[in-house]
Amino acid sequence: MASTIRSAMTADTLDVRVIRKDFPIYQQPYEDKPFIYLDSAASSQRPEQVMQAMDEYYRRFHSNVHRGVYTLAEEATARYEAARVKVGRFLGAKDPSREVVFTKNATEAFNLVAQGLGRVLLNQDSVIVLTEMEHHANLVPWLILQEQIGFTIRYITFDSDGYLVLDELDSILDGASLLGVTMMSNVLGTVNPIAELAAAAHRHGALFLADAAQFAPHFEVDVSGLDIDLLCLTGHKMLGPTGIGALWARSEILDRMTPFLGGGDMIADVRLDGFVASEIPYKFEAGTPPIAEAVGWASAIDYLESVGMGSLRAHDLKLTEYAIANLTGSLGSAFKLYGPKVAADRGGVVSFDLAGVHPHDVAQVLDQHGVCVRAGHHCAKPLMRQIGTAATARASFYLYNDEADIDALVAALEDAYALFN
Amino acid sequence: MADLDDLYREIILDHYKNPRNSGSIESPPALVEEGFNPLCGDEVKLYLVIEDDRIADIRISGQGCSISRSSASLMSQAVKGKPISEAFDVLARFRRMMGIDGEESGEPEVADVRSLGELAALQGVVKFPVRIKCATLPWNTLSAAIARSLG
Ligand SMILES: Cc1ncc(COP(=O)(O)O)c(C=O)c1O
Repeated sequence: MASTIRSAMTADTLDVRVIRKDFPIYQQPYEDKPFIYLDSAASSQRPEQVMQAMDEYYRRFHSNVHRGVYTLAEEATARYEAARVKVGRFLGAKDPSREVVFTKNATEAFNLVAQGLGRVLLNQDSVIVLTEMEHHANLVPWLILQEQIGFTIRYITFDSDGYLVLDELDSILDGASLLGVTMMSNVLGTVNPIAELAAAAHRHGALFLADAAQFAPHFEVDVSGLDIDLLCLTGHKMLGPTGIGALWARSEILDRMTPFLGGGDMIADVRLDGFVASEIPYKFEAGTPPIAEAVGWASAIDYLESVGMGSLRAHDLKLTEYAIANLTGSLGSAFKLYGPKVAADRGGVVSFDLAGVHPHDVAQVLDQHGVCVRAGHHCAKPLMRQIGTAATARASFYLYNDEADIDALVAALEDAYALFN
Repeated sequence: MADLDDLYREIILDHYKNPRNSGSIESPPALVEEGFNPLCGDEVKLYLVIEDDRIADIRISGQGCSISRSSASLMSQAVKGKPISEAFDVLARFRRMMGIDGEESGEPEVADVRSLGELAALQGVVKFPVRIKCATLPWNTLSAAIARSLG
């Protein structure tokens, strides 16, 4: 199967027609419309290979993990643990078998960090630093913990072009225990200077937590090279199934953290008056884990790696440049782009406003053309307040999109504009 | 496939672009009620002056899509100057037209819809289930405001 994918690219360009053959959703009729999927930042589609891997797992290898001594249970455990190592290697982890904790999604991973690390790291005199462009997943868990134990949260703001304002970084970080930043904004598309931010955090003795939910599907991640301490990501945005995500953290940090969810599988011993937690990473995985999902996610990573993260990035960049040029070209001043004007500074996400047409109405008219885009606050309400709007429309690109998809978007937007103006 | 023309009737686009009774009223005397659609970020702020069990004045501000804004504008016209009991009656008929509180079939009474006058323009929203929440937001806010005024 990998050979099909490899033949899909020549000199760093993806052949979208070949890629689409792997995605069953592109073989389905979509009511009586064309199918123009531009919402991968919310959730990607998945290739046949991922579904086959999960199907094969259930048909041939399923049993509970870490429990049985029989051959089948060993098979299931081996596959689950191999998936863990695969995720760890994909992230550039030094100790992949111990540093990856499987969770339900990125959101659960952030809650694990807040409750598992926040409670041992912070007290009411502590300070943590986040940014105003965080997704609710990296905000609300901290706000919950703040209500529980009380500490100060400082925020790094961003400018009108969607770049973090880093002039006062050192004074903001003064005395902070943790800096949490999204590697790529799900609204503005901004790719943040992670190495620089991690270095600044470390200068001040703070841990660096990265939100890779949007970044990991599109770019090569290297936690060691970037000197990240903790990182959260989610499977369903990177060709994997729903119901699985992960926290990666350096093993010393995981060792310091306390369990967040309790139950079976996460303990070494339980008595009626207490328990001894298991080793990392198991002490954070209470109950039967998402085994088939882990297997599916591993297969998704295989797929991404055989395409090549470099080619994928080149493809995203080409589409983003094409989109910005054509949207601005045909809609002129009626089109307002949020985030960096320079495509190289952003991932494949384009949030915009169309003059006189509310984002909901934009998405509705686009739906009529078969164009699927997201409209709303994108789970980033503080960011939306900062850019002065309640909602934007957002188109996002992935390896199965091409220029024709963007042409369809432009045509549909022209239609929406005409209807309302 | 539902037709967009059913959704974006001329009356709706007109009320979206030229909302009636838009603005605010000082409080007191006005009662202020806010409504949110947490899914999409739509917001409506209602200013209501109730005198002798009548809606003496109503103003609306906020932000939202064409459906929620036009629904608010049409609603303000429909209830302004009306006794509260009558406003409740319009509210009930509107909810039935939206397929809420109605019979299982969801088919609203023809007479019911006719009696709603211009508001009937919003009937097409029913074919776009995701948008029903947009249309009902101002009405739910009105209902909360009146409930509060009655204590
Ligand atoms: C930047 C960012 N962080 C976190 C998340 C949360 O991902 P999940 O909903 O899979 O937990 C998302 C997804 O919407 C996101 O875009």
